[in-house]
Amino acid sequence: MEGQHAMNASVDIRSVSKSFGAVHALDQVSLSVAPGETLALLGHNGAGKTTLFRILLGFIAPDGGEAQIGGLEAGSRQARRMISYLPENVAFPKTLTGREVVELYAALKGVAKSEAGQALEKVGLGEAASRCCGTYSKGMRQRLGLAQAIVGSPGILLLDEPTSGLDPLSRQDFYQLIADLAGRGTAVLLSSHGLSELEARASRVAILRKGKLVADGPLGNLQRDARLPTRIRVKTAPADVETLHREFGGRRINGASVEVTCDPDEKMAILAAIHQRPGAIADIELIPPSLDEVYRHYSACEPGKEVRS
Amino acid sequence: MNALLAIARTEARLGFRNSWVLLSTVILTLFAVLLVLLGSGASGQVDAPLLSVSIASLSTLSVYLIPLIALLLSFDAIAGEIDRGTLQLVLATPIPRWQLLAGKFLGHLAVLSIAIIVSSGIAAALAIALDDQGGAQPLGDLAALTATSILLGAVFIAIGYVASASVRQTGTAAALAVGIWLAAVVLYDLALLGGLLASGEGVFARSVFPWLLLVNPADAFRLFNMSATDASLAQAGLGSVSGSPLAQGAWVLASPVAWTLAAILFAVVLLRRVRP
Repeated sequence: MEGQHAMNASVDIRSVSKSFGAVHALDQVSLSVAPGETLALLGHNGAGKTTLFRILLGFIAPDGGEAQIGGLEAGSRQARRMISYLPENVAFPKTLTGREVVELYAALKGVAKSEAGQALEKVGLGEAASRCCGTYSKGMRQRLGLAQAIVGSPGILLLDEPTSGLDPLSRQDFYQLIADLAGRGTAVLLSSHGLSELEARASRVAILRKGKLVADGPLGNLQRDARLPTRIRVKTAPADVETLHREFGGRRINGASVEVTCDPDEKMAILAAIHQRPGAIADIELIPPSLDEVYRHYSACEPGKEVRS
Repeated sequence: MNALLAIARTEARLGFRNSWVLLSTVILTLFAVLLVLLGSGASGQVDAPLLSVSIASLSTLSVYLIPLIALLLSFDAIAGEIDRGTLQLVLATPIPRWQLLAGKFLGHLAVLSIAIIVSSGIAAALAIALDDQGGAQPLGDLAALTATSILLGAVFIAIGYVASASVRQTGTAAALAVGIWLAAVVLYDLALLGGLLASGEGVFARSVFPWLLLVNPADAFRLFNMSATDASLAQAGLGSVSGSPLAQGAWVLASPVAWTLAAILFAVVLLRRVRP
């Protein structure tokens, strides 16, 4: 998997380090995003996500390591031709209309003016395109930012917290749009605050913690490797709760349920044991670790305990 | 090149939408019309067309007003975009930074040129209409004043970019722009005047003073337009300078042209160092 990605990677970050004074914003980070792949970069505020983006755009140079865009040095004019960026707090001159904004960025990217209209349609701003963007809501401004990013179908999309300010419905539309672009070969690198926000849309997840890469892999692998306990909640007759609790441990809930916490490997054995014991079982509920718990596990785990899948 | 023109077009468009064009045209026209009307009251005593008298007073006015308007247009260009967070996005696109600055310059210059051309057109029309002496109108002088006013604007637009690219906050850039205006347009002349008074007819007045006048683009503008109009020379009583070979001809304008180019180059160097 890894080798195949490295061969035709659109974004290639090799052992990149960057310090601001005593703060190690990035420490030996290596990442790659292949064409058609969507990589979600997670981390708390200050974990180094924005620093990584600024390096990829050539705004700042890394202290060590290499950042390449399609094999070219990040920040070079050729590299910037391939990349499109959506900053976290996107802003435009208030008196320009939506169409004028996207047409301006089309011209700056050397893309035909006619593509502006298509981009605006795709983000659902077709009807608002002739209004001044000062009148837009926060969600519409974000979608306008997305429109300028996707105009001309760029090879690489860099999206810094793209879904902040979007309502759940627009968020779904947003991920659909990203999936369409990725389907046509665009490499997408997007940052986010948490796993649950991603709604399992990214093909790969990387987690930064205080400038260090602590996880990089498909979401399923991350969930598995975190080895977080699964909870089994068994509902039974009030009379049986006491014996159930004695046999399996765990904790009692509401006087009618027992919640047993177990490793993913033990799950089947425990389920079988519960099934075979006498007494009426009203219901069994399996609660796998939530995405938030998985994220908390990685973003809070000891530095140096690197997990790669 | 498309990218450069797109930036220029956008800046000009913003100039119209933010009422900059309207505001600067109204201010310039108001003062110009006022000067023409004042001149028409006195034109009985001067044996010159009213337009000549008006051009003389207009050039004095322009020295103060045009640098101010130019600086107000340009001080926000870089620092303001950093402040508002719009520069990041522009610099992420493939446009080279010099083209970004050149595009802004063209756009801002277009905005200022419209204001200058409209105001001097209205003032000239008024002066010709009020002129009761008849005779030939100094239209060449009018064209020269208009063109050099635009050049004077170009200098201070470019200098405004230097201020804007050397700081990160709009407020600081604004303070810097006002300081530059005060120093170049008011304090510099006061200092020269002081030097002239102190040295009398000495070396300073004869060989240093004319060069110092030339170095300041605003004074170079004044020199050019005064030597162009005899009436204005008589009025301002600056005949001694115009008599020196320095004030002869259009090459006086080399100073503002050089200032414009140097300021733009310096601003590009500063912009290249900006880390958005």
